[in-house]
Amino acid sequence: RLLTKTNRLPRWAERFFPANVAHSVYILEDSIVDPKNRTMTTFTWNINHARLMVVEERCVYQVNPENSNWTEVKREAWVSSSLFGVSRAIQEFGLARFKSNVTKSTKGFEYVLARMQGEAPSKTLVETAKEATEKAKETALAATEKAKDLASKAATKKKQYV
Amino acid sequence: MNSVGEACTELKREYDQCFNRWFAEKFLKGESDGDPCGQLFKRYQLCVQKAIKEKDIPIEGLEFMGPSKGKTENSS
Repeated sequence: RLLTKTNRLPRWAERFFPANVAHSVYILEDSIVDPKNRTMTTFTWNINHARLMVVEERCVYQVNPENSNWTEVKREAWVSSSLFGVSRAIQEFGLARFKSNVTKSTKGFEYVLARMQGEAPSKTLVETAKEATEKAKETALAATEKAKDLASKAATKKKQYV
Repeated sequence: MNSVGEACTELKREYDQCFNRWFAEKFLKGESDGDPCGQLFKRYQLCVQKAIKEKDIPIEGLEFMGPSKGKTENSS
């Protein structure tokens, strides 16, 4: 699938990378569904803005080995930037942004699952979304401060894995 | 969700409906032969390819599951 991302760059990044502000981020999501082995693997990565930052994510869904009624998902992400001088700041920002997005999407996921399985979700969708947005704001704020600080220091090229 | 090409959203909806039905009722149950959605897919795909060209989306030379080959915990 081809996806278009709607997250905006924070203002400090817009100032540093004005060329990127004009273009949406496009993401490819490739999936493999194996009904025999009952697994699904998705791999997602951005196909533009790559010189600025690349985020790759792999999710593997399979039957939980201890309880065949459960599905477990292993989610891995790689955040990297090769821009000399600011790659570390960008990676930190990317990582924090990824974590906050994952919080939101996981809550959404749980909400939908609860509804599908006939359970009353413990919170309404509005409350769930509010909570997720608050958490996301905190994470983003912390990341902005850290990234601003790092943006003025020299950087390493090491990737970050989560 | 809308299609990347605004004009393609309706075609996407039709195809998605067909695909989701086939996926849940046939594919996941082990009956993977037959291609009931092929026509709808072709029409939808043509529209999307046009939109991709118009928006200059860089999809040339990308491999399936792209950079995932050889991804391990300690990539550097």
